[in-house]
Formats: sequence, structure tokens, C-alpha cells
Amino acid sequence: MTLTEIRPGAVGGGPVAGRGPWQLAWRRIRTDKVAMVSGAVVVLLCALALAAPLIAAWTGHGPDEQFRDTGITAQGLPVPPNGEFWFGTDRLGRDLFVRVLYGARVSLLVGVVATGMAALVGVVVGLLAGYYGGAVDTLLSRLMDVVLSFPYLIFAIAVVSIAGPSLTATIGVIAFYSWAAIARVVRGQTLALKEREYVEAARSMGAGDLRIMFVDILPNLLAPVIVLTTLLVPAAIVFESTLSYLGLGIVPPTPSWGNLLSEAQGFYRVAYWYLGFPAATLLITTLAFNLLGDGIRDAIDPRMERLFSRRRRTRKGA
Amino acid sequence: MSLLEVTDLHVSFPTSDGVVQAVRGLSFRVERGRTLAIVGESGSGKTVSTQAILGLTPGADISGTALFDGVNLLDLDGERLRRIRGAEISVVFQDPLTSLHPLYTVGRQIEELIRVHLPDTSRAEARRRTVELLGLVGIPRPERRVDDYPHQFSGGMRQRAMIAMSLALNPKLIVADEPTTALDATVQAQILELIARVQAEFGIALVLITHDLGVVAGMADEVLVMYAGLAVERADRRTLYYRPHHPYTKGLLESIPGSSGDRGGRLRPIPGSPPSLIAIPSGCAFHPRCPYAMPVCPAERPPLAAVTGGANHASACWLPHDAVGLGAEAEALRLKAKES
Amino acid sequence: MLLEVSNVVKHYPITAGALFKHVVGQVRAVDGVSFDLAAGETLGLVGETGCGKSTLARCLAGLHPVTSGSVRFDGTDITNLPRRRMRPYRRDIQVIFQDPYGSLNPRRRVGSIIADPLVIHRVMSGEQLRRTVQELMERVGLNPEHYNRFPAEFSGGQRQRIGVARALALRPRLIICDEPVSALDVSIQAQILNLLKDLQVEYGLTYLFIAHDLSVVRHISDRIAVMYLGKIVELGAADPVYDRPRHPYTNALLSATAVADPDEAQRRRRVVLTGDVPSPIDPPSGCRFHPRCPRAQDICSTEEPLLEGTEGTEGTAACHFPMEVVV
Repeated sequence: MTLTEIRPGAVGGGPVAGRGPWQLAWRRIRTDKVAMVSGAVVVLLCALALAAPLIAAWTGHGPDEQFRDTGITAQGLPVPPNGEFWFGTDRLGRDLFVRVLYGARVSLLVGVVATGMAALVGVVVGLLAGYYGGAVDTLLSRLMDVVLSFPYLIFAIAVVSIAGPSLTATIGVIAFYSWAAIARVVRGQTLALKEREYVEAARSMGAGDLRIMFVDILPNLLAPVIVLTTLLVPAAIVFESTLSYLGLGIVPPTPSWGNLLSEAQGFYRVAYWYLGFPAATLLITTLAFNLLGDGIRDAIDPRMERLFSRRRRTRKGA
Repeated sequence: MSLLEVTDLHVSFPTSDGVVQAVRGLSFRVERGRTLAIVGESGSGKTVSTQAILGLTPGADISGTALFDGVNLLDLDGERLRRIRGAEISVVFQDPLTSLHPLYTVGRQIEELIRVHLPDTSRAEARRRTVELLGLVGIPRPERRVDDYPHQFSGGMRQRAMIAMSLALNPKLIVADEPTTALDATVQAQILELIARVQAEFGIALVLITHDLGVVAGMADEVLVMYAGLAVERADRRTLYYRPHHPYTKGLLESIPGSSGDRGGRLRPIPGSPPSLIAIPSGCAFHPRCPYAMPVCPAERPPLAAVTGGANHASACWLPHDAVGLGAEAEALRLKAKES
Repeated sequence: MLLEVSNVVKHYPITAGALFKHVVGQVRAVDGVSFDLAAGETLGLVGETGCGKSTLARCLAGLHPVTSGSVRFDGTDITNLPRRRMRPYRRDIQVIFQDPYGSLNPRRRVGSIIADPLVIHRVMSGEQLRRTVQELMERVGLNPEHYNRFPAEFSGGQRQRIGVARALALRPRLIICDEPVSALDVSIQAQILNLLKDLQVEYGLTYLFIAHDLSVVRHISDRIAVMYLGKIVELGAADPVYDRPRHPYTNALLSATAVADPDEAQRRRRVVLTGDVPSPIDPPSGCRFHPRCPRAQDICSTEEPLLEGTEGTEGTAACHFPMEVVV
């Protein structure tokens, strides 16, 4: 007998409605301190980003407002963090704290929207490729290969040179890159899931392809997709920052973490805060998302490590 | 002195849902050269108990003693236990594919085992012994098959290779954990015959763990029936099958199609399901499913005490000690006990 | 006849080549199987791993197209019907699967799993659906209040009851049981076998019962077909096949089956077969069993014995030298 044969709570009384897989996952993740702290950080960041205009109004510092008297030293350099400017100011005397918050709006928006779009496309394409197989699979898989092997910077430069740098173009470029990674995982999972007996059972009852894909297979894909999406959000944020840093993404004066870093690079000797705060925020955000993704993965399916190469062991394994 | 003497073994696993009590005070002995069959259904603790003794249950809380040749296995550190496991006690698992490394040839794995435990053996000598072992377990043309990879073997051949490996170091005890469950009937018959043959030939003691009463009927000297982490009945093979005392044993025997002669009729299954090991019923764990349950059953756990089916026959049940067998007389005794 | 299977063949092509795939061989999983199944009867299909019994079941359930041959259900040819035209027959033919863990979607609630066939075939919805599902649960011995639970919260035996309830929902006429009790403990297995028997009487069901455990098959079947390497080698009424097997393979299989009876086990003379089952990609010529058969003679390797003769009470065996009937 192995541990899997021990069926805790298999029989007997207990609640009538029963604990579903999601409730069990929630129970598990609540005991994972790292994941809970990361989740709190993510929630806090989102709240701050949403509240950025309120904070700007409260401090009385608009995101593009220049404070030539208090925000710039006599030598024309940025002012270090103080009671008025918590994160200091930038080279034009703008409040860095407010700009970082406004940057969070852009970065999180790009990260979440681009990844969301990618997830939607990736799930549908992966599901179709895995479920139908054959020529459909060959075609879609080759498409994924092509997308994944594109040199992304050259592609981004090309898009920007045609459409000009903008928020939409940034989101589009990132989504275009991310869906293939999701589609690949979804395709692999679908290939395995469609051989499961419950899918066969559905077919034997006369269920159609769409019903099988969306009622029988999709719910079993949600767990890996949620995990993967959570892990792709920070990648998208970094991607956005890279593009903006290179001037291919969000265009100043709209602040984004990428163009903040870009502006700050000439000042790191004289104004550590100028580079330091945006960089630290970016680091904390991506770290929080990654750790949260790991935590969700462990909670949803403790056996899912085979799907992803990297794994953080938080619990005492059996 | 018995070869293996296990006393009051407890094994439990702390989990997020509660403590899983897999084994709850198990005692048994294995004599040299004899076969003890441990029979039970999923969750009875039959596998966990032997794995715990051999140090194969990481994360478990274990108490009790397991004297092997006078040494308490539960006191040994990992290194010394490893040396005993493999050399003096070897294990044959249900699924040979998971216990053989897919990237090494079968021969190399057996040679390695020999050379790890007997470092003085030369490579050539280890290979010669490996070929001999493979031949011994009935693998045709062993001098050629020795260089095959596990996936080139059929299921039955893999199990033969596992048995060859288990014999490599002349063990005193083989623990065979559901050795034929993954195999077809005709192959199962071959493997059981092989196990019986090598056991007799080398005088090895065998602990045979299985859920299949059919497997046991052909080869055990003594049988131990487990339920919810405890031994509920112990008897020699014939006594167990023809004069069982515990209602669970009786229920198991009557559940087998074609066994009690009512072919084509209705079977007499045990009602209900085995208990969750996190919330085991009080007293006798079988009482919620037992047709003869009496007021004492949920209140007090019956000890494994002598009953009259045969020599060394014991049962953990509050029914009269002479209510043994499947016939009407025993049934009357049982029902009378239940009434009063 | 409710089901007429004639000369059904199912070959799987083996392809090679990464870019330009070409067929390099055939797995002859099912290679010419014929039998009839009368309404209300149970035919047991036994054989070892890889004999093709599960493939045959899936072909009959319309899950895999057959390579050749025909399947007639209630007089209508349903061989390889397109999905739309197969739909009405799916209501009449249901499947119970082997693995009580794999055959239930872990992310769906039990009530919706059992309701699946009723929803797919748009039989009912709403309150009526819920009531019907709860009645089904009650009938198969589950607590109807548990319809909102997930499969993981049930034991193996209870899960198989869920599978039975789902197969029963549309009141089918034929249920294909693919090793329905193989994954269950003995005491639970008996519960499910009893349940299947009761339901058969109650609803006039016809079963095709596939298993590798001969004692289980004998218990539940009226007639038995023994398969070896894609072919039926013996077919007949259950008791004669068990008591007086005619085909040497049936004999070997029976003698190898472990019996839970020490004296019987001692008494029994085991016919231990040599070697392993040959590959269905390249089956032996003539009689497929001849390389392992203790009775094989020259003709066996050249000429294929047919499963012929009118099916009497004693049944038929595809063998040139069938076992003598021991009186």
C-alpha cells in the first residue's frame, strides 16, 4: 500500500457539498507563508497603482508636474528622498514616487492585459492543436515554433517603425510572444487529457468535440494555465520595461518603469534613488509574481512539478 | 529465535488533513525458510508495515520493534539499514518497470548491486554470477539477455529479472510486495512457481504481501489478515480458508466469485467501504461493516487471541473462540453470541 | 439478436518517418471476430493483456472505427456510422470503464457527471434532471445528497457506482463493461457484481462483460468468449467452457488461475505455458497459439483453425486438435 491508497475523507459523513479541488488548493496555499506574502505584495501594488491619482492629489504632486524650486538642487540635480518627495525627484524635478506609481499602472496593465490575451489565444490554439491532432496540430505547432524562434527585439523594432511606439503596440508585441508558450503547454496537456478515460466516456455518450474540449478538458487545463499565466505576468512586465527602456515601448512623458530606468541611467552616480526605486519596485513585483505562481502551482497540484522544470520545495515531501 | 520478529509496530503519517494511522500495533514473526503471507485490501497497512521496517517510509512516525536475526531494524541508522536491505533482506515490488532503471542494462544493474555489497568481486565474476542468476530464474539465453535494457523485457521477464536481483546476495528473507498483481494469469502462475522454487532451493524465508487470496492459497505456510492497520486473524493456510474465525476473513472468502459454490447466484459482499485511516472506528475497526457486531465491539478493541480453528490460530474478535468455519454450526454460534 | 458482430477487424497502422510518414506495419489488435449477443444475456470476454478485448469493446462502442467487418445493433448496421447518425444508438449502447479513478472527470461534480448523458442527448434539464440524477444515485447505492461532491471524495467502489449510474441514465439496452471490477478490492468487487446483476434483471439489460479474471467472468456470464492475439479461440456456454475447455489455451488459462482454495490449488495440475504472448504486429502463422501449445502439430503452423460448427451447448473451439471431453 502506498500513501495514495490511503483515502482521507473518502467515506462517511462530512459536509454534503464537499470540498472541491479549488477549495483544497485554497486551503493549501493559505499555509504557504511565502505565497501569502507574495500575494499580499501583488495586491498592495495593484491597489497603489489604482490609487495613483488619489495619491497624486493627496501629495499635491502630479505625475508630470515639475517642481523647479523644491525638486531640483542648486546644481540642477535631482533631490534625494525627503519628507516631501519620498522617493526623491528626477532630473526635471518631478516626484519619483508618484511617477513610479503611475509607471506601475502602465506596467501592470501591460503585464496583465498582454498575458491575458496571450492566455486566451494560447488556450484556444493549444486546445485545437492537441485535440484534433494530425494536420491541424502540425500546422499550429509549426506556427508556435516560428513565433518562439522569432528574434523579438528585431520584431519589436520593425513593428514600432511601422506603427510607432504606443501602449497598444507594446501590448500587441508582448501578447504575440507569450501565447505560443501557453499554447505549447496546453497542447501537451490536451494530448494527455484526451486519452483519459473520462474523455472516452464522454465520447461514448455522444458528446461533440466542442463539449469535450470545453466541458471535459478545459477545466483540467485551468490549473496549469493559471500557474503559467501568473509566471508570465512578470516576464511581460520585464519585457515592457525592456522595450520602454530602449524607447520602443511607452513614450515619455507617460511614465513606465522601463522609461524611468532609461532616464535614470545617466544619474546613478549622483542620484542612487533615481535608478534604485524604479529598479527595486520592478524587482519586487516580478519576484512577488514568480513566488506567487510557484505557490499556486504547489497548491493546485503538488505533483505538477513534472510540467515545469523549476521547483521550489516548500513542504516536507513524502 | 525467529528470523524476523515484529512487535507492536505503529506507523503513522502526519498530513494536512490529519494523522493517517497506517499501522496501529502489529506483531508477527517470520521463521527461517518459511512463508508468511500478509493479506489485506487497499489501506489495510500491509505494505506500509514492511516498508516501515525496511526504512522505506520517509516522513512516517514509527514505533515498536522489528528484530531481524536479533538486531532491531528500527534502531539502525540509514547506512546500516541499507546494507541489510538488499544483502540480507531483499524486496520484490509489484511493478518491476519502476524499480529497474530504464537507462542501464538489466545485467549492469545486477552486477552493480553485487559489487556495491561485495566490493571484492571482480567485474568478470559479477557478470558471471549475473548470467547464472538470470538463467536460474528462467530467462532464456541469459548470456545474451544480460545486455538488454528493461524495456526490451516483457512484464513477466522483468519480474524474473527482479527476482534474480533479489537473489543476488543470498538473502535470508525476501519481501515480495504484490509480485504478480501487474501480470496476466498465465505469467502470474509462472512467477509464483518460480518464487516457490527458489525459496525452497535456497531456504529463504518469504513475506508475501498480496490482496489476492487466490495467490496465497497455493503457497503460504502461515497467513496474516490485516484490516485498518491491525492483524485481525492469523492461521496456517488451510485453517484460514476452511475454518476462519474473524468475520472479515469470512467476508473476504465469501466475496470471491465461485468460491462458496453459489455460482451464478448472488455473492455475499462485505457491506460498506474500508474506513478512512484518519478517522478509524473505535473498538474493533470492522464493527460498522460486521454483520455480527455486538455492543462490546465499538467499545473495546478485541485482542488477537487464540481460537480453535487449528494450532497457532488467533483472531481479534469478540465472538466465541470456537465459532470457526463457514458452516451452519459456526453460523449458529455467531448468531447466538450476537443475540445474547 | 441485439448485437451481431461479424468478422470485425481492427488494425492500427505503425508509421515511421518524422516528416513523411509512411506505414511500416500493422498492429493486428482485433483480427476477425464474430459473435452474437441476444437481448438480456451476458457474454463474458476473457483474455490476457494485449489480446484485443478492450480494443474490441471500444470498436463496438463506436469509439474507434473498425478496419473491416460489420456490427449490427438490433438489426441495423451501425458499422462506422458518422457521428450524427450514430447518436441515437449511443443512447442504447453505454460503457462502464475499468478505472474508477480515470473515468470520472476530477474537476466536475458527481451530479453533473451522472447527468452528462441526459444533458448531451437533451433528455431533460432543471429540477427534473436533478431529481433523476438523485434517483439514479439512490438506485446504485450512493447517498443522493452527495451529488454536489467531487469524485476524489469517494472510494473506489463508490466511484464505480457513479460510473454505473452514468451508464444507466439513458436506460440503454446494451452495456459494455470494460473490466469494471478489476481495479476494486475483493469485498467491493462483489458489491458491484451484485449491483450489475440486479440492474440486469430490473432493466432487462444486455451485457458484454470484459475481464481478465476468469472467476469473475464465470460468475456473471451466460456465455463466454476466450480471446488470444486478436481472435476468439473458444466460445460457448459458461459452465461447459470452464468445466470442459476444448481449446488448449482456455485450458492453460483456467489452470493458471489462482483459486482461493488450498486443497484445490494443490490438486490442480498447472499447464504452465512457455514463453510470452507473441507480438500482434507479426502474429504466428496458422494457429496463433501454436508456438506455445503443448498439443501443436505440423498442420497448426500452416493452417488456421476456424471457430466453426453450429454452436451447441458445448460451444466451439478454434483448434485442430481440441481437448477431449472428459466425462
